[in-house]
Amino acid sequence: MAKQYETVIGLEVHVELATKTKIFCGCSTAFGGAPNTHTCPVCTGMPGSLPVLNKQVVEYAMAVGLATNCQIHQYCKFDRKNYFYPDNPQNYQISQLYLPICHDGGIEIETAAGKKVIGIHEIHMEEDAGKLIHDEWEDCSLVDYNRSGVPLIEIVSEPDMRNADEVIAYLDKLRLIVQYLGASDCKLQEGSMRADVNLSVREVGSEKFGTRTEMKNLNSFKAIARAIDGERARQIELLEEGKPVIQETRRWDDNKEYSYPMRSKEDAHDYRYFPDPDLVPVVISDEWLQAVKDRQPELRTEKLARYKREFDIPDYDAGILTESKRMADIFEETTALCGKPKKVSNWLMGETLRLLKEENMEPDELGFSPAHLAKLIELVEAGTINQTVAKEVFERIFYDNADPEKYVEEHGLKTVNDEGELKRVVEEVIAANPQSVADYKGGKDKALGFLVGQTMKAMKGKANPGAVNKLLKELLA
Amino acid sequence: MQLTDLTALEMGRKIKEKEVSVREAVQASLDRIAQTDGGINGFVTVDAEGALARADEVQKGIASGQYSGALAGVPVAVKDNICTEGLKTTCSSKILYNFVPTYSAEAVLNMNRAGAVILGKTNMDEFAMGSTTETSAFGPTRNPWNPDHVPGGSSGGSCAAVAACEAPYALGSDTGGSIRQPASFCGVTGLKPTYGTVSRYGLVAYGSSLDQIGPIAKDVSDCAAILEMIASYDKKDSTSIDRRELDFTSALVDDVKGLRVGIPSDYLGEGLDDEVRAAVMKAADVLREKGAVVEEFDLSLVEYAIPAYYVIASAEASSNLARFDGVKYGYRAKDYDGLHSMYKKSRSEGFGEEVKRRIMLGSFVLSSGYYDAYYLKALRTKALIKQSFDRAFEKYDVILAPASPTTAPRLGESLSDPLKMYLGDIYTISVNLAGLPGISVPVCTDGKGLPIGVQLIGDCFKEKNIIRAAYAYEQARGRWVAPELAACEKKYDGAKACGLNNAYEIHEAVSGEMRKICGGVQKAASAAKEVG
Amino acid sequence: MANIISDETIEYVGILAKLELSDEEKEQAKRDIGRMLDYVDKLNELDTSGVEPLSHVFPVNNVFREDVVTNGDEREKILENAPAEKDGAFKVPKTVE
Repeated sequence: MAKQYETVIGLEVHVELATKTKIFCGCSTAFGGAPNTHTCPVCTGMPGSLPVLNKQVVEYAMAVGLATNCQIHQYCKFDRKNYFYPDNPQNYQISQLYLPICHDGGIEIETAAGKKVIGIHEIHMEEDAGKLIHDEWEDCSLVDYNRSGVPLIEIVSEPDMRNADEVIAYLDKLRLIVQYLGASDCKLQEGSMRADVNLSVREVGSEKFGTRTEMKNLNSFKAIARAIDGERARQIELLEEGKPVIQETRRWDDNKEYSYPMRSKEDAHDYRYFPDPDLVPVVISDEWLQAVKDRQPELRTEKLARYKREFDIPDYDAGILTESKRMADIFEETTALCGKPKKVSNWLMGETLRLLKEENMEPDELGFSPAHLAKLIELVEAGTINQTVAKEVFERIFYDNADPEKYVEEHGLKTVNDEGELKRVVEEVIAANPQSVADYKGGKDKALGFLVGQTMKAMKGKANPGAVNKLLKELLA
Repeated sequence: MQLTDLTALEMGRKIKEKEVSVREAVQASLDRIAQTDGGINGFVTVDAEGALARADEVQKGIASGQYSGALAGVPVAVKDNICTEGLKTTCSSKILYNFVPTYSAEAVLNMNRAGAVILGKTNMDEFAMGSTTETSAFGPTRNPWNPDHVPGGSSGGSCAAVAACEAPYALGSDTGGSIRQPASFCGVTGLKPTYGTVSRYGLVAYGSSLDQIGPIAKDVSDCAAILEMIASYDKKDSTSIDRRELDFTSALVDDVKGLRVGIPSDYLGEGLDDEVRAAVMKAADVLREKGAVVEEFDLSLVEYAIPAYYVIASAEASSNLARFDGVKYGYRAKDYDGLHSMYKKSRSEGFGEEVKRRIMLGSFVLSSGYYDAYYLKALRTKALIKQSFDRAFEKYDVILAPASPTTAPRLGESLSDPLKMYLGDIYTISVNLAGLPGISVPVCTDGKGLPIGVQLIGDCFKEKNIIRAAYAYEQARGRWVAPELAACEKKYDGAKACGLNNAYEIHEAVSGEMRKICGGVQKAASAAKEVG
Repeated sequence: MANIISDETIEYVGILAKLELSDEEKEQAKRDIGRMLDYVDKLNELDTSGVEPLSHVFPVNNVFREDVVTNGDEREKILENAPAEKDGAFKVPKTVE
């Protein structure tokens, strides 16, 4: 009988923190910018320069630690990780090895197989590296230190995951927590959230872990799922052939769906960590810890419960709305402005999701202002525009963050409430459609619908269908 | 008396009283450099044009009241591991042969704010690693008292420049004795402040947890005034300490009545030169006569300071010096094959022997499997050494000790045996490990005519105690004496003929641009002539 | 000499420190490091059990910056000392195979 294998997975997730400045200097963390325009002597490793820690980094790290049920090391330090590479200007990275800020936490995930807690071994603070651009023309590489020194936290899980589903669920949960805290935007594609997968396989029933590999360069959930399947298969094949799995770092190529070892004989992987003498310890008092606790925003689980309690919307809708912090924020702000949670929910669950899907966008990318949606809802409620016009206006809000009042005004979309004008058009429609009139009078109620439609068409949609209906009935009575 | 014989404060007073213009003061130093530095090699770079332009600027600033400090307008020499904006900063290493910082060290900024005029950058042991200033890529500095002897190190250039009256005062840096030991060898006064007193921002790091910038001058009063000027709480240096009282000159009082002075008897044993021991006792007698209570005591752990130091300093250095890789600044090898080859060739060609030795030792003691046995063991030893000083300072206000076991050795004598050179730092190193302030004050000369200095060590943040004791001693000793330089120039020629000048061979090997730096002295001479 | 440094160790330290030594230099380095370690082994005479390693001499903690942008575009200055430069970036040998 063929052997059965179990996959054992742990993740190292790097999250770029949403600070305005770098971790050890006053340079901007703004994305983009021409190469090296966000740099200074500190983040380019100039001789004699010294790092000074950004306090906000510590607060974000604590917040994420608390939200993932970690213990906080109230005395923590920074260490130097020594290795040579051009994207690392000092040729050491300032990180935390011996006393990371958070440890021993965990979060609950839910997959089709049920609920499960994934342990978090530690969370530490560190600096990001610069960017290498490969110049094909000159066969050289170019170094841009704009990202050098951007603050990161690395969230190291326990090897508690067993398949890609659990990995995705864990990452999704982590992403939501960090986003809700405002600690990062966590975009996998843009690299503000990066996951390295540590994977090993073992025979089912075995207590001992197999030899693991670490996989890097995973830029989407799909790539992660494919890499897990690919690496599992590769390791099982090796074992079946009686060959050993080598503990190494591998780079996943998602186009070729294969991973390659990243090792070179010039890398010893001996990082010679030691406490950075240029930085002093971080001591977190009980008061400081409590202050961060008190400032923790409402996380998703709590928000979900509150939505069910406060707003009369279906559980399913509440679930979708809270799945993105941006969506939930829009929902709450709009509701606060117009006082109609159900209507707001309908716009978000209906048109918004439809357009997001159409445009292949994430809810986090929503750019419109809640005030505009609130105003749109009010315009509909007041009968100023009808539902059909409202959908058209909403598209303008969605794409251009248009002001609905202005838009309706400028495009003459207001529902015509002028009785005389409406009556004139209805009479024209009756005159032009004698057959339908006869059918209606002959008892065919459907014919009325046709006449309403004709009237709406003639009014370019700007009529209130109820009013048209009523008027037709009167005139044909 | 010549202008260059004045102390920094004396010169500052003459400038303030308009007896001397800033330009005259600067020109006097430049002339002196042109005359003597060819033999001493105390400077790596002389910025004659910059200094003269700055002199005029400072003169205006003094007139307008912008610069009112005691040292306004007084020229200064700066050790070449302290960054100076727009002025080459090489650490006396080929790997930084062309590095021009775009920023200045905080200590330099503090000096500039007080109206200092920088003459140039002084020679040193490469990256401050050495005790003789022989490991410089720009050739050794010679002791102005006798050019066959070393000036000590690593701030040998700064100490020799002050001793030879080329600069009224200088900045040095001290990681294991690099200010106090060469000050003692050159017969000048040098002070290493409490760790964290002078910002390290802009000081090219060697052993970050030990490095401090400090003053080198002709007497104690100058040192106190200079320290007062350069000390500051700097938010750019996380290890900088917010000290309330930085009025060091207030301690310049000739009164040591009741001051408790301890001499570690474990410093007086084997290895200590008899003449140096006699000098320590002489200084002790002076203090005793003035009313201090002087006694010997056991400091303990003395022999463990050097091994602990070399592990800690080398480990930090191996990491601090990793950034010199040919990517962002400094020397890049010409022929290489790929990235790692560029790294290895640039670093192997760019660093000198002693630097490579310490980088390798540091990399080894931090490497996998050795960290606990070496690095942590050294940090634990450091803790014990600190405790033994804490105990000593419960009983004494000041510790009196030799600055070095011997007077300045002959050139070439130390380099042949690194370990022996390291042992020469036995009385200075533990002060850095414990973060303490220390001052080295000249006492007398030995039978060969070489200066002997003694060291006064204070508890953390107690610079005033050592300044007071040193000042009181100095009042009894009398005015500082300059070496007779005529002999120096003559002897130097002889030394050159002996082929001791291997620095120039190194220069030959480097590019033409490199030669320009070495020509700095000649350039200064000619510039000085033109202007003068 | 109690500490014998092997060829492999010197090779390894060379990789870690990015130093390329000639055979002669390697032999010298083996002797030097060995001698230094013999000397450092003196520390083993000292009982340090129960002693906390002392990184910083003073118990200074919590030195922070506020999260405020203080630096502008300093690219020109940053690149001033670059041995090789292209398009506003530091130029290095190709980093990918």
